[in-house]
Amino acid sequence: MSSSANNGRALPRAGRALPWALVTPALGWTLLFFVLPFIAMGLSSLTAHEGGGFTLSNYSQFFTNPSYWQAMVNSLQVTAIVTVISVLLAYPFAWILAEQVPERWQRLALMLAVLPFWTSYVVRSYSWLLVLAQNGVVNRALTGSGLFAEPLQLANTRFATVTGFVHFFVMLLTLTIFANLKQLSPSYRKAAADLGAGPVRTFLHVVLPLTLPGIMVGAFLTFVLCIGDYITPQILGGNNELLMPQLVMMQIGRRGDFPLASALSIILMAVVTIAYLACARWLKIERT
Amino acid sequence: MSAKSASRNPLSILTSHLHAACAATALLLGAGSAAQAADLNALIWCDHADPALLQPFEKANGVKVNVKEFEGTGAGLAIVEQSQPGDWDVMVIDSIDVPRGVEKGLFEPLPEDKLPLADLFPQVKMDGSTVVGGKRYGITEKFGYNTIGYNKTKVDPADMQSMAALTGDKYKGKVAIYDYYLPVIGMAALAIGKKTAELTEADLPALKEELLKMKANAKLVGEVTASQTALATGEVDILVGGGEWVTAGLAKENPALDFSVPKEGAVLWSQSLAMFKDSKNKDMALKFIQYIMSPEGQARLATSSCYWGMPANTKAALTDDQKKVLRFDEQPGFLARAQAYPAPNADLDKKMQDMWTEMLQVK
Repeated sequence: MSSSANNGRALPRAGRALPWALVTPALGWTLLFFVLPFIAMGLSSLTAHEGGGFTLSNYSQFFTNPSYWQAMVNSLQVTAIVTVISVLLAYPFAWILAEQVPERWQRLALMLAVLPFWTSYVVRSYSWLLVLAQNGVVNRALTGSGLFAEPLQLANTRFATVTGFVHFFVMLLTLTIFANLKQLSPSYRKAAADLGAGPVRTFLHVVLPLTLPGIMVGAFLTFVLCIGDYITPQILGGNNELLMPQLVMMQIGRRGDFPLASALSIILMAVVTIAYLACARWLKIERT
Repeated sequence: MSAKSASRNPLSILTSHLHAACAATALLLGAGSAAQAADLNALIWCDHADPALLQPFEKANGVKVNVKEFEGTGAGLAIVEQSQPGDWDVMVIDSIDVPRGVEKGLFEPLPEDKLPLADLFPQVKMDGSTVVGGKRYGITEKFGYNTIGYNKTKVDPADMQSMAALTGDKYKGKVAIYDYYLPVIGMAALAIGKKTAELTEADLPALKEELLKMKANAKLVGEVTASQTALATGEVDILVGGGEWVTAGLAKENPALDFSVPKEGAVLWSQSLAMFKDSKNKDMALKFIQYIMSPEGQARLATSSCYWGMPANTKAALTDDQKKVLRFDEQPGFLARAQAYPAPNADLDKKMQDMWTEMLQVK
């Protein structure tokens, strides 16, 4: 058998193996750091904290204990508020950056927009605590200007938690929406104008629908990151209400109740999955 | 009991194998930075991470102390369970939780004749927890009180001599609650005239009522840093569950911060040192415990940059100023009025935590 014939058979085999070789690191990574821990967490959630036998009580506790259920309600409310406010603030910001700022300044403007990302998340949260404190900048301005006689309770409230979250997620959403706006071909707007549509109509009927996928991707990222965040509500919320991540952490600290913490985490993950399915079906993100 | 039943359960076996696989992966990836067997590996609270505490020991013994901080006994024991036997040499643990480590077969009995037990404040030896089956597994190194921390320029110190001030209208909205259910439930017990060591499930409704009254007055329920910040910045004037561990470390910057042990009493917290049974460096581990319990080590631990607290050793080499801030000379009186940290069994512990969760969710 000639060497050329051997090469002729080996090449297609190598060609078939190449995609697997390329995808194996990612598959391995996912298996080690997602699938395996997820299975461990799932099994742990079905194990009794005392004794180690099979049980569903870790799940039933969530549905029968109103305080646990309330944590999910609080998480969903805070996440919904944060997502809506962040989208409402980020869209015009991204639009101004993409449409109004000259291209040579856009890079600098984007860098300035994401500047707060460069600081530690924890430090940023504590900074907000000081800004919103009774003697903080905001209250001093409100009382100093005569708008309020007494300082308002801003820190250690849901308002503070939402503020901390929005500060972070507006930047994230701005980036995703900005990218979407930049990808939009100018010919769409020209065509709309040729057909007699004014700027407002063009925006409402052409630009906005075409950038909805970008909004939804950003909103979904906001939803996922917000509903699973422990630091911001812990620092800024003052524990005046508990969110799901705080409830999960509470099970671990002293009692080390990993089965219950696992069950609560899986329930939280199920909610995120439902949110994803809802978004994917509604806006068909997978087709974008 | 639990270890045996768990070992027979297929679900538990599979879960533990998966946990082991996950831990092995993490260890494999972290191998580059793994602690060396010749070093001393310590599972600690943040006060032991202070270089001013560790460096003199490291220099004197030519050893590197690798520390891993954790919060909460459950989290600490989880780290041990996910480690290899022998990875850790010593551990800092709530004195009341020493039996949990002994039950799991983790700790080595300590040689009492090589430790300065006679120099410890008698009330903080906590033999009920630190001695199991006639053997000593832990030695109290530091203690203090969960009581009332306050800013004496903002509140009337006389009011702070009664827990009634915490639920009255006078300081409504000026109160923070330390976010740890056991000591604050202990304080609620003291407020309603119950002994912390005798709490049962039947006491929970009355305790909940008292907690809800405290919550109604509180601006926040915060962990260590948040509650310290709130008191230091004037966001609140009173910290329920505060004590020298909050005020003493801030005394230089804010001398107005103080604490009281009210007429109802205070909850005594204490932390112990334990040695691991599987330690590969037991001689050095014992030396470390002896150093921490020495007058010099005790003074450094008591005034650690993370938080101050009373040294368990009466002979701690504290300066007069440090003693004044810690109110060292008043300890006999404080200790006489202090009650033990609540040490519920697993079932009552769970119910207490759920009650705490319910309190946090009330708006």
